[in-house]
Amino acid sequence: MPAVTETIDAVASVTQGTYKYGFETEIDMEFAPKGLNEDIVRFISAKKEEPEWLLEWRLKAFALWKTMAEPRWPAVSYPPIDYQDAYYYAAPVKKDGPKSLDEVDPELLRTYEKLGIPLKEQAILAGVEGAGDTPAEGGRLPIAVDAVFDSVSVATSYKERLGKEGIIFCSISEAVREHPELVRQYLGSVVPQGDNFFAALNSAVFTDGSFVYIPKGVRCPMELSTYFRINAKSTGQFERTLIIAEAGSHVSYLEGCTAPMRDENQLHAAVVELVAMDDATIKYSTVQNWYPGDAEGRGGIYNFVTKRGACRGARSKISWTQVETGSAITWKYPSCILQGDDSVGEFYSVAITNNRQQADTGTKMFHIGKNTRSTIISKGISAGYGQNTYRGLVKISPKASGARNFTQCDSLLIGDQCGAHTVPYIENRCMTAKTEHEATTSRIAEDQLFYCRQRGLSEEDAVGLIVNGFCREVLKELPMEFAVEAQKLLQISLEGSVG
Amino acid sequence: MLKIEGLTAEIEGKEILKGIDLEVPQGEVHAIMGPNGSGKSTLSYVLAGREGYEITGGTATFNGQDLLAMEPEERAATGLFLAFQYPVELPGVGNANFLRTALNAQRRTKGEPELDAMQFLKTARARMKELSMPEDMLKRGVNVGFSGGEKKRNEVLQMALLQPKIAILDETDSGLDIDALKIVADGVNAMRGPEFSALVITHYQRLLDYIVPDKVHVLMGGRIVQTGGPELAHQLEASGYGSVQAA
Repeated sequence: MPAVTETIDAVASVTQGTYKYGFETEIDMEFAPKGLNEDIVRFISAKKEEPEWLLEWRLKAFALWKTMAEPRWPAVSYPPIDYQDAYYYAAPVKKDGPKSLDEVDPELLRTYEKLGIPLKEQAILAGVEGAGDTPAEGGRLPIAVDAVFDSVSVATSYKERLGKEGIIFCSISEAVREHPELVRQYLGSVVPQGDNFFAALNSAVFTDGSFVYIPKGVRCPMELSTYFRINAKSTGQFERTLIIAEAGSHVSYLEGCTAPMRDENQLHAAVVELVAMDDATIKYSTVQNWYPGDAEGRGGIYNFVTKRGACRGARSKISWTQVETGSAITWKYPSCILQGDDSVGEFYSVAITNNRQQADTGTKMFHIGKNTRSTIISKGISAGYGQNTYRGLVKISPKASGARNFTQCDSLLIGDQCGAHTVPYIENRCMTAKTEHEATTSRIAEDQLFYCRQRGLSEEDAVGLIVNGFCREVLKELPMEFAVEAQKLLQISLEGSVG
Repeated sequence: MLKIEGLTAEIEGKEILKGIDLEVPQGEVHAIMGPNGSGKSTLSYVLAGREGYEITGGTATFNGQDLLAMEPEERAATGLFLAFQYPVELPGVGNANFLRTALNAQRRTKGEPELDAMQFLKTARARMKELSMPEDMLKRGVNVGFSGGEKKRNEVLQMALLQPKIAILDETDSGLDIDALKIVADGVNAMRGPEFSALVITHYQRLLDYIVPDKVHVLMGGRIVQTGGPELAHQLEASGYGSVQAA
């Protein structure tokens, strides 16, 4: 782990309790009327000039949603959400096709700058045509970015370059227009409209998100990423991501997210669907840094997300890596349906809860094909009054002969007011399958802290070092650039948790 | 110079140090010997600033600075190093990373430029060669899965990299075979000079054959009961601590 010096610098540069991305962009916005009803669903669909089938699909989801109730089983508590007291569509007013940086709304530009998205990409992100094919500076591998600002994707970079390989990387709205046959075939095929309360809500009102299609045998030449930003007040973000990897293809996708600091709670209910065909690999990494609320638990994002991947093909592989540092409440179980024989599912997770944050997160691994394998490594860190629950399901069907699962759940406690909980479900209906589960709960030992401090580290740096060590197995799964970012985040998230 | 006067300390209400008076002038190596339970480890922890010990009286200064008023990391930055009797494991934290973080933390406090990864590795490799340590010890987790001897050599490596002004070695010889003992002693002897002093805490005279001290103090019942030259260690080896008590 080479980034510890940087981690320490990051802490030094941030004063206690501040959330670096908590600013708000003032920009002309267009809203749908507040509230949720069939007309709003129609409004969103019309705004996006969607085909009839998609409107029908949304209305069906809305009808299902009205019959459903919020799940009550997660170990989290929050006051009732008034679904009529929010905007379901908010987008910056678009001026037609800016051709140079000068014409793009400077506030939008400044936003990307403050979020630390490199200038070269920034030119592309803000929707300036023709900037897409210049290589990134310093010979660094470029990362293609889709930027979603409240309800809409504002731009996607490197589209042309990816297009040369037959790769489609665009906003889901654009995919609906340009590649309706693909969207229609796969949308809802992994997470059906009525899967759960929040997935149904998302299916009815999703506004944007990313779409990725990797053709047969293609190895995506760069990391693809989507950057989600909630900006507007009283607005929910409901994005939908769909990634399809055809036989023998390979893609690594990253997701980042931030939001302004506000006293109100904002809802983020996303759905992510992944489909991997024969021998395809999808690596999906998330660094989730939504505003977590203040020290007393005021404000913050409710992150109620459904993520699921289907390993449809033989020998396919889906790997989820998540670093969850933000959100007031996290409710999220990235899962794998291991249909193809010899397919592989992985889940690597670090979840931190500090102050009054609550997280109920984990994974589900459904073993259906023969010799399917899954690995679950979960690291939960609780500090302050944080509550952290790992909830997981490993389900092995009678036909999944030779299936194997290994689960390891480790919890680290900092302080004596926080909580860690592990709720693993294992349903094995196959005689030849093997499952293993290991779990540990520990504290940062006083002798570890003293040892570090005797060598000259401050107490907070010592905690950061020990926590980064605790999470190492997960952090090493992240792409390099993200790993550095994640280590900084871990340290910042734990500020004020000791002493 | 390390100067301790009338130092008393207790843990959970039990008095362990009952008035320690001790001076270690700059450039000298002193040994503290004593039977189990005499307060040797307590003295080293109190000097390094470990929590859980209550200082009830007396003073401890290093080059005129009040040690007892400082945080452990501040004491480290003034040049105080404690080689632990039981070095602590830090799972998942790479040894190289730990050493570099510690080194740079101290350099920063002293206003010196930090070492980048390449500079650090070069220095670390040179020191490791001197201590006959295999290079893969840099890659492993801090003390995780290390043998007793490897842990102690790792302490000496840290000392060699951090270049303290005073090192307290708390029973660094325990659990070492004779080869490891020599390596550890060589590491300490290589540091000896007008700028370096050490307090070598040990149970047995054996280590003092390799690190020859300027003075030997006998700690018993929370007090220094006898002080002498290196010959005192041999005397104790021959007649045991009982002879001191009788004196």
